[in-house]
Amino acid sequence: MADFTSEFWSWFIIAGAALGIVSMFALNRWMSGGPKEGGKPKTMGHVWDEDLQELNNPLPRWWLNMFYITLVFGIGYLALYPGLGSFAGLLKWSEVGEYNKEVEAADKKYGPLYEKYLQEDLRALAGNREAVKTGERLFVNYCTTCHGSDAGGGPGFPNLRDRDWLYGGDPQTVKASIMNGRIGVMPGWGAALGQEGVFNVAEYVLSLSGRGTNVNAAASGREKFQQLCVACHGADGKGNPALGAPNLTDGIWLYGGSQRAVMESIEKGRQGRMPAHRDFLGEAKVHLLAAYVLSLSAEKSPKP
Amino acid sequence: MATQDTYNYTVVRQFAIMTVIWGIVGMLVGVLIAAQMAWPVLNFDIPWLTFSRLRPLHTNAVIFAFGGCALFATSYYVVQRTCHVRLFCDKLAAFTFWGWQAVIVSAAVTLPLGITSSKEYAELEWPIDVLITLVWVAYAVVFFGTLVKRKVAHIYVANWFYGAFILTIAVLHLFNSAALPVSLWKSYSAYAGVQDAMVQWWYGHNAVGFFLTAGFLGIMYYFIPKQAERPVYSYRLSVVHFWALAFTYIWAGPHHLHYTALPDWAQSLGMVFSLILLAPSWGGMINGIMTLSGAWEKLRTDPILKFLIVSVSFYGMSTFEGPMMSIKTVNALSHYTDWTIGHVHSGALGWVAMVSIGAMYYLIPRLFGRKIHSVKLIETHFWVATIGIVLYITSMWISGVMQGLMWRAVNPDGTLTYSFVESVQAMHPYYIVRFLGGAVFLSGMLVMAYNLWKTIAGARPAVAAIPAPAH
Repeated sequence: MADFTSEFWSWFIIAGAALGIVSMFALNRWMSGGPKEGGKPKTMGHVWDEDLQELNNPLPRWWLNMFYITLVFGIGYLALYPGLGSFAGLLKWSEVGEYNKEVEAADKKYGPLYEKYLQEDLRALAGNREAVKTGERLFVNYCTTCHGSDAGGGPGFPNLRDRDWLYGGDPQTVKASIMNGRIGVMPGWGAALGQEGVFNVAEYVLSLSGRGTNVNAAASGREKFQQLCVACHGADGKGNPALGAPNLTDGIWLYGGSQRAVMESIEKGRQGRMPAHRDFLGEAKVHLLAAYVLSLSAEKSPKP
Repeated sequence: MATQDTYNYTVVRQFAIMTVIWGIVGMLVGVLIAAQMAWPVLNFDIPWLTFSRLRPLHTNAVIFAFGGCALFATSYYVVQRTCHVRLFCDKLAAFTFWGWQAVIVSAAVTLPLGITSSKEYAELEWPIDVLITLVWVAYAVVFFGTLVKRKVAHIYVANWFYGAFILTIAVLHLFNSAALPVSLWKSYSAYAGVQDAMVQWWYGHNAVGFFLTAGFLGIMYYFIPKQAERPVYSYRLSVVHFWALAFTYIWAGPHHLHYTALPDWAQSLGMVFSLILLAPSWGGMINGIMTLSGAWEKLRTDPILKFLIVSVSFYGMSTFEGPMMSIKTVNALSHYTDWTIGHVHSGALGWVAMVSIGAMYYLIPRLFGRKIHSVKLIETHFWVATIGIVLYITSMWISGVMQGLMWRAVNPDGTLTYSFVESVQAMHPYYIVRFLGGAVFLSGMLVMAYNLWKTIAGARPAVAAIPAPAH
């Protein structure tokens, strides 16, 4: 999009800038006349507030030269770079152009390294110390805001160090999660269940990991669960990786496992969103990130 | 004795005393938030005390409460005395005092409550903006009304600067604060996206240029020649640097938006005129410092003069640093780092606060017809303040440059060497030093309050007859 809606505004800017610079030259020339340096300074002959007076010393030469140098520099800069309205400058420099040039240079310099890793199998790469180190540096810059510096996650953001996977933990699935992002939506059931229904279902859900205390409530919650929740979470509550529906029996809670948090999830639903990184980082870097994430859970021996 | 044969010292006295009080309050909040940066636990998990709400309170309090009261006090004093007439319309002048205090108190209430337009240095919501407009129009009427009825032919140079400050701030405030109110305490800016950013920084940088610079140059042009008992160095220099400063500052705002969505041409013009601004700024510094020629020995014995002259030196330093930081390649390193905070405070503490403090030490005893209680305590204040500033700005320079370098460091594999949180961790010791610097500076203000209290306690307000103009 052009910066100016009409050429008038471009000329308006040019006129303002040029007039300003020319006037400053003129002002300096005009005020450089009169007594020279070294002479005995005279006052202007005005007196205010009993004793305030002004001498009329000449403009210091070094200061005046400095002023002229900045003015000349300004003219030169505005000839070479964009500044005078829609005039692009003799160098045809632009911010976007410089950005593209830098990205191109970086791709040329670092591209081959990442391309080499891209050809390697993810499981093998997860055991390659160099590759994992680079992956970790990428992780620290792009992923820690949500998943934490140690990849331990937080409320709403999955822990990547455990062996629990919402969408499945095989290498290609982990990579796909990073490449394409994920949208994990649970609808809110508050309106359908009412306050008591929400409480009952929560009791039942907690009982799946052995925590429910109110047996009657859990029993009545179970009925509702079988009607409303099984489509995603399964009849046994073990979830469905194809949908990203969490396993409710393993004691791992994405949005917190307190009774209050579970009730809030049921009542209001949840909107989880992992952004896609395909266009942002490119496949080669995502490949390394996947290798790093896989290396985290490979650190620990699998549960028996 | 409010007759036309005497100066209106009442409003000057009110503003002068509030300058000291708001200075202490504003700086105290500054010291608290500096401590919060070093020890976040001091947020106490209380919304009103969090950094995000107290930071605008700090900036508003030091700029508009402390700086504003200093400008009102000195401009009312200077315009009367250099025009040889009583202030135009006592009632309107009184309105500016009470109106301005009401603005400050509303800021102190609304900002901690989280009521904000979220425009930097213009956070106050629209009802307060309306009050500011009313006070400012009254201020302009009083100031220019006094100029109009002056008894001397020529307008003294300090008044040019005060006049430019009053006019330009009016224009800046009206344009930048234009907003659509949706409720009593919520409004949305009239501008959107990058235009909003540009208007914001056109305002923001000229708040520095006209509020914090032109206005305080007005202070310099009266109080340095008075205290040094020497004529102003060069009338011609004052003409050149006044017009060049007024023209050039208006263009400099875009240097706050280098390498953003702002069009290239606006960024370039912002940078070019910021560089050109060096000479007009230094013109003011030269005129201030050289006014002392023939009276240099007074610097040894007169701590008020020390405040004034050192403030002008800090002004020269900051106005050298500013143009350098506006150069795009330098800005690429300095932008978003603590270097900017250091730069702002070398201007705010070194220039604005020091020149105001010097002027208040000159002014307040005279307004009460007393001699200062202790010259030695002024001397103490001077050294305490200087040490505080040096601690503050050097720590922020080191921390800022380090931050900029850490952010751009790259590994052989093209990844960033440091994560953001590592740069935060590296800044911690400098945050502690910055807090100490601020606390030291604040303690100097307490010394000042004590000294002035001892000076004016029990004193009767001075009544000054207007002398006939010299011919």
